[in-house]
Amino acid sequence: MSEEAFISGPYNHSKASISKTMGLVMLALVPATVFGWYQFGLPTIFLFVITILTALLAEAIALKMAGKPVRTFLMDGSAILTGWLLAMTLPPWAPWWIGVLGAFLAIIIGKQVFGGIGQNLFNPAMVARVALLISFPLEMTLFTSPAPLYSQHSPDLMQSLAITFPGLLTEAQSLDGYTGATVLGYLKIEIGRGVDLQQALGSTEPLWNTFWGNIGGSMGETSAILILLGGLFLLYKRIITWIIPVAMLGTLGGLATIFHLVDPQTYIGPMTHLMSGAAILGAFFIATDLVTSPVSVRGQLVFGAGCGLLTFAIRTWTGYPEGVAFAVMLMNACTPLIDHYLKPRIYGRDKKGQPLIYNEEGGKS
Amino acid sequence: MKILDQMKLFKIRGGVHPEDCKNFAAEQGIVDLPMPPLLHIPLQQHIGAPAQPLVKRGDLVKKGQILARSQGLVSAPVHAPTSGRIMGIGGYPAHHASGLLIRTITLKPDEKDQWGKLPAVASDPFQLLPQQIAQRVADAGIVGMGGATFPSAVKLNLRKRYHIDTLVINGAECEPYLTCDDRLMREKPGDVLDGIQLMGHALGVKSTIIAIENNKPQAQNAMFNAAKDFPDVKVVGLPTRYPMGSEKHLVQTLTGKETPARGLTADLGIVVHNVATALAVHEALRFGNPLISRVMTVSGQAIKKPANIRVLIGTPLSHLVDFCGGFVSELERLISGGPMMGQPLPSTRVPVIKGSNGLLALTVDEAKSGEQMPCIRCASCVQACPCGLLPLEMAANIKAGSLDASVNIGLLDCISCGSCAYVCPSHIPLVQYFNYAKGELASRQQVQHKQGETKRLAEARTARMEAIKKAKREAMLKRKEEMKRKKEQEAKKQKEQAEKQQEDKVEASV
Repeated sequence: MSEEAFISGPYNHSKASISKTMGLVMLALVPATVFGWYQFGLPTIFLFVITILTALLAEAIALKMAGKPVRTFLMDGSAILTGWLLAMTLPPWAPWWIGVLGAFLAIIIGKQVFGGIGQNLFNPAMVARVALLISFPLEMTLFTSPAPLYSQHSPDLMQSLAITFPGLLTEAQSLDGYTGATVLGYLKIEIGRGVDLQQALGSTEPLWNTFWGNIGGSMGETSAILILLGGLFLLYKRIITWIIPVAMLGTLGGLATIFHLVDPQTYIGPMTHLMSGAAILGAFFIATDLVTSPVSVRGQLVFGAGCGLLTFAIRTWTGYPEGVAFAVMLMNACTPLIDHYLKPRIYGRDKKGQPLIYNEEGGKS
Repeated sequence: MKILDQMKLFKIRGGVHPEDCKNFAAEQGIVDLPMPPLLHIPLQQHIGAPAQPLVKRGDLVKKGQILARSQGLVSAPVHAPTSGRIMGIGGYPAHHASGLLIRTITLKPDEKDQWGKLPAVASDPFQLLPQQIAQRVADAGIVGMGGATFPSAVKLNLRKRYHIDTLVINGAECEPYLTCDDRLMREKPGDVLDGIQLMGHALGVKSTIIAIENNKPQAQNAMFNAAKDFPDVKVVGLPTRYPMGSEKHLVQTLTGKETPARGLTADLGIVVHNVATALAVHEALRFGNPLISRVMTVSGQAIKKPANIRVLIGTPLSHLVDFCGGFVSELERLISGGPMMGQPLPSTRVPVIKGSNGLLALTVDEAKSGEQMPCIRCASCVQACPCGLLPLEMAANIKAGSLDASVNIGLLDCISCGSCAYVCPSHIPLVQYFNYAKGELASRQQVQHKQGETKRLAEARTARMEAIKKAKREAMLKRKEEMKRKKEQEAKKQKEQAEKQQEDKVEASV
């Protein structure tokens, strides 16, 4: 019999494990990721691989320094997932150092500084994304128009290398005309210039395209339908619950509807809000991050609604066209407070924690 | 055809669906175990005070004879499982994870298995008064046989303090592997029902509900057929979900009402008894038999032939293992009870006790627990907890040493069902944390109580001493004053006398 033979039960297990959970999340990300590769070509694949490898390297270094078993923790899959999620939110043709720097920021500052897996207050991928966005606004907002693999716009190997590793090749590559703003970015600029929203909307991609994803944007954020599919898969596998995504998208959509109805000239409609940017990716994959979201049902409702509200507010009233990352991080900061105040009701007790009292028939005589 | 009594059921919070693994033993009919060479009968097999031995070394006893009497309000007597000679009363490893020595009567069977004189039984026990039934149940040493081992008579007497209107029979048997209650209901539905009705009579209830999980259709059928002529007895199918067999959650499923924290189901007018307990009550009231044997499931993939066996109390587990063909593969864990809430046993030397419902021999594959990882706050435990607790927070607090904080968020409302640890992807032994904290709190409370008592006694002694001193001082003062007064008086007298003498003298001289 094993040494731990006398530890308390249970002596059977659901066979759930961290690596299984992380694996399923990654599986759910595959469709949107592969679509992103196809859509934006080789430079995206380079950036994706670089980001994940760097995340693993950073994790290994940090674990080694902390004196933790490197192999065990690398194998849990959390570092790969962080790198993966970060890569999905980066501009597809961003240079290599964006990926490297981002991965280091995510793993070291976002996660290991707090004490490693399970200890971080903020979603590591969002920490990195926000840090990059604030530090390198130019590189982080250079969104490429789709240039699907094997199409005539698609960069060849040498051009791709030049995109990912600028300055590496002396031969100047012509990349003009390949970049454009995202839907939300464009609308923000147009509204800022005083252009009527309806007029501005006329010259953006049709909503249908944002649904399928053949538009410019971050690597893994363009196809609403594929991300949604991945999210539904996670719901089906019970890795996440419906609460946060529904609360977040519901609040975002609801607020957008109200404001749009009041003043359609200034406020973007709900479908554009939901289908564009990181709304769906954020709702299903980022806000639902297990470590940084509340644990109780009521807490998750508040958290999700808060993410939706802040996303709408940031998109509408601040200088940033996109606000999911900021919104989620702000709500992450509230998670301990939410967890403290919104606990589930304990069996046999009322909401205040006092034992239930029965006075009707059948009660204490 | 399966027809059960229909009843509106209520949903309970959380819970898990472990693989039930009942197919190993479910089709094995109950068999009797050959007489073991020695029986070790512990004096404490129940919650409450240990029994007081009435026999001594060398005594010859008959089957069913009382060996030790109950001591105190919550206690139970133990009886001789067979006839034979008392070899001694002393320490023997307990049926407990610790394997600590506890007072145990060792009996060497004489192979005659001769019954002693049993108490007379009423021709119709339903004519007995409720307290007479409860008394007989107490005399037979019957305790809750689902594993809790709370003396059954105490529960039957709850009618004195509570208004009880419903008796619930717990046939959920939600622990994986265990099939002994299932077999009892299939094989002896009439006897079980008789015991149930006797308990109902003793409690004076209006209705009885026999609740059986839906993974035991044969048991449901058998009980339904047995009870179909009794309109006040309902047989109800329960959804298969762990921990359905938890008394409080079973009652919630049936009534939608939660038992108040720190309260009893009796607060809702309900008493819950186990199937095996009902059979023991039947045997005690119809035949006068005390509780000297029980049915147990021996299962797990490490055992050669899983079985349901009627065993005498006190039989060493090794005897059961041998009877079942021994171990076929390397044993990872030996468990008393089910895999969810059972406890590990140190060896097969320990005896069967009244609360043993199962012996599981699990292989490495069955009992493998993954490597422990840090908590990722996935909230699986929060979703699984049937009591609405936050297992992850409780464990974090206990780990940090703040037991009081864990109590504040509900540690003492935890029923140790293990649902949280079952689903934890990080394989954190949550129940181990909770059990540690509960034990530590209990011992702290004891120490505190002891310190409080010591302080109280010391203070009382000081006060007493002070009082004595004060009394002495006062007495002394009083005496002093008296002396002084006396002296003064005497002095006055003397003076007066002297003056008188003087006057006399003067007078005389005049």
